[in-house]
Amino acid sequence: MMNFERYEWLAITIMISLFIFVGFIQGWSVSLVILNMCIISAIMTMGVNISWGYAGVINFGVMGFLAMGGLAAVLVSYPPIAESWQAGGRGLGISFALLVVLVVAVMYINKTVSQKRNRYIYNSLIIFFGILIIRHFYLNATHNIEDVNPAIAGFLGGLGLPIIFSWIVGGLFAAGVAFVIGKVALGLRSDYLAIVTLGISEIVVSVLKHEEWLSRGVKNVIGLKRPVPYEIDLQNADWFINLIKYLNSSKLNNIIDVSDRQQVLNNLIIDGSGIFVKLSYAILFLIVMLIIFYFANKAQLSPWGRMMRAIRDNETAANAMGKDVVKQHLIIFVIGAAIVGVAGAMLVTLDGLFTPSGYRPLRFTFIIWIMVIVGGSGNNLGAIFGGFVIWFSWIEAAPLTTFIINQLTAGLEPTNALKLHLLDSVPYFRYLFMGLILLLILRYRPKGIIPEKVRHS
Amino acid sequence: MIDFLNSIIVLLNFIIIPGISYGSQLALGALGVTFVYAILRFANFAHGEIMSFGAMITILFTWFFQSQNIGLGILPTALLALPVGIIATIILSIISDKFVFQYYRYQKSVPVVLAMVSIGVMFVINAIIRIIIGTETIKFSDGQKFIMKAKQFKVMTGLNEGLALKSSQVITILITILLLTFTFWFLQKTKTGKSMRAFSDNEDLALLSGINPDKVVFTTWIIVGVLACVAGTLYGLDKSYKPIIYLNLVLPIFASAIVGGIGSPFGAVVGGYVIAFSEIMVTYAYKKFFVYLLPNSLEPSGLVQLLSTDYKFAVSFSILVIVLLIRPSGIFKGRVL
Repeated sequence: MMNFERYEWLAITIMISLFIFVGFIQGWSVSLVILNMCIISAIMTMGVNISWGYAGVINFGVMGFLAMGGLAAVLVSYPPIAESWQAGGRGLGISFALLVVLVVAVMYINKTVSQKRNRYIYNSLIIFFGILIIRHFYLNATHNIEDVNPAIAGFLGGLGLPIIFSWIVGGLFAAGVAFVIGKVALGLRSDYLAIVTLGISEIVVSVLKHEEWLSRGVKNVIGLKRPVPYEIDLQNADWFINLIKYLNSSKLNNIIDVSDRQQVLNNLIIDGSGIFVKLSYAILFLIVMLIIFYFANKAQLSPWGRMMRAIRDNETAANAMGKDVVKQHLIIFVIGAAIVGVAGAMLVTLDGLFTPSGYRPLRFTFIIWIMVIVGGSGNNLGAIFGGFVIWFSWIEAAPLTTFIINQLTAGLEPTNALKLHLLDSVPYFRYLFMGLILLLILRYRPKGIIPEKVRHS
Repeated sequence: MIDFLNSIIVLLNFIIIPGISYGSQLALGALGVTFVYAILRFANFAHGEIMSFGAMITILFTWFFQSQNIGLGILPTALLALPVGIIATIILSIISDKFVFQYYRYQKSVPVVLAMVSIGVMFVINAIIRIIIGTETIKFSDGQKFIMKAKQFKVMTGLNEGLALKSSQVITILITILLLTFTFWFLQKTKTGKSMRAFSDNEDLALLSGINPDKVVFTTWIIVGVLACVAGTLYGLDKSYKPIIYLNLVLPIFASAIVGGIGSPFGAVVGGYVIAFSEIMVTYAYKKFFVYLLPNSLEPSGLVQLLSTDYKFAVSFSILVIVLLIRPSGIFKGRVL
């Protein structure tokens, strides 16, 4: 489907060999855990890359779109809680209906009242009183819902469908939010847009944190159903035990003692079940990643992608050629956000829990941007490479730092205060690495490790 | 009449005084962001971390002075350590310029690239702070904590409501007035200040008239260092020092700078107070206030709170978005110092 250059093959080889290396040094389980997160990061990075690399639309709202994806995972997969619906469903329904009425009323006023000052007065009056009325129903309903069995429920629950559907729903949720943000903010200059999207993503997260009836807020949602088998089921499944036996037959046959052999087999099964689960996740994620990669590349090479590049490189000229810049910006912003939303749903699927307070801009917005810049904006393979490499160094920074500190302070006594302090601060060195990597790349390779291909045709 | 006074005291105690002190901290921060924006023409995401760095150095020297038993009596020792912190912050900002930002300035990079670069700087400073001082919450205010306690006030005036005045709040307000006066005097009256304004207004014209851009940039970073260190220290003194807080503080600071009209120092200061007051006013429960003002029959049953305090940060962004939609250039037309 596409021809890779030699250095691109090199990048792919590096990615694969990193995981094999970790697999041999730290164990396959660790390697697969990192691989899964790398794939998810790569998808997020592709999402940002589509809006930034193709069209130059900056999106600092990554955190908010991820959180929307996470919310989708909860709402799709968690079983519905009937009591909560009984307690507050009607009140919520009424308040949403009223909200729709309010919006329609405002739109009607905007259409019919021509005088600007009157329009402002009517609108603010209607919004003020409308919100007062809605608040009454809404607060009652949410209060009732949150009172239903607060220790384990206290929210509406979801639809009880398989969680894998949420990957699509997460994309739709994020796209919906992105549409609203885009409508409001996309006219702004790039650095304003960065700040505004960052701010709105904070608002999204704070809503998820504090609207307990919807997302259970800071009480978190745990125990989401997996799309892959559970370890404990695998350990009792005959086919899995036979598979492990078959794979390790030579090793097992060497052990003569029966009870010893059973012991070894049990350990192998426990290890194997963990690896099997992670491997199934990896395969699922890989499929999604490759699908998105395929379509992203198709889109980039299509006339539409060419138009996007034209808009990015010279907005005025593209506008003069009759391209609707505002509309295209909105489209690409929404598409990019949707891909990030898919990644958000996958992230929650992998963890099996939804923790709104875990969404922090440093971890979920800025790191993703470092991935985009380092990988190479405008190149999808670069985005994947950036996601892999940066997540890999984010995780492996700690062991590496411990090693370096131990080497540097080898001459000092083990109780030396400086050495102890440095070893205590090992987790913070990853921020230093991230910052340095970003600065070095921006200085010496500003187009990223795998730059965008310039096509002359 | 007594009820009316009581209600005024409630407002003073819970809205006006906290609003002014938080607003002052935001205003100083926003002023720093504005200087970078007007002279160097990019949004400096590292500003929060520069503030945090200044506060950290101040804390370290506060500890040092405390261990040497050097203090200022009723005033917090941090004031004595503040000059050291300021010098360190100035050095930090100049180093970051020399090694990082300067290159892109000479390359005439677009503002977005510089914003990305500032994110890299943010990560590095963030890491340095965490490596040196950790992530724990640190309280470093000493000396007399209250200028007036709520109880004292009640006894003094015989009112039901107490008015508490923390010394950190008074110090914040005084230092802010001092620093703002100095900054505006500097911009308006001195030659360097005037050349900075010229540079921010029209770079090419300023260069043509013989203004040395390196000198302007150097002065800018010195001012930014002073403002950032003071703002960071005052915030830490008033609440408590926590490295993570400062990243969250960047967003309200940006909001203040933009709401006021980015590039306009006066706008930044006003924006700081606008953001601070709206955050506090929208999330404050007015029940007590209305209990005093209204007759018994009309007393409110709920808390009379527009939004729960959880949405404090959301308020500043909503204002930011509204202002950008209605008046994209901010309250005061920006872009020129």
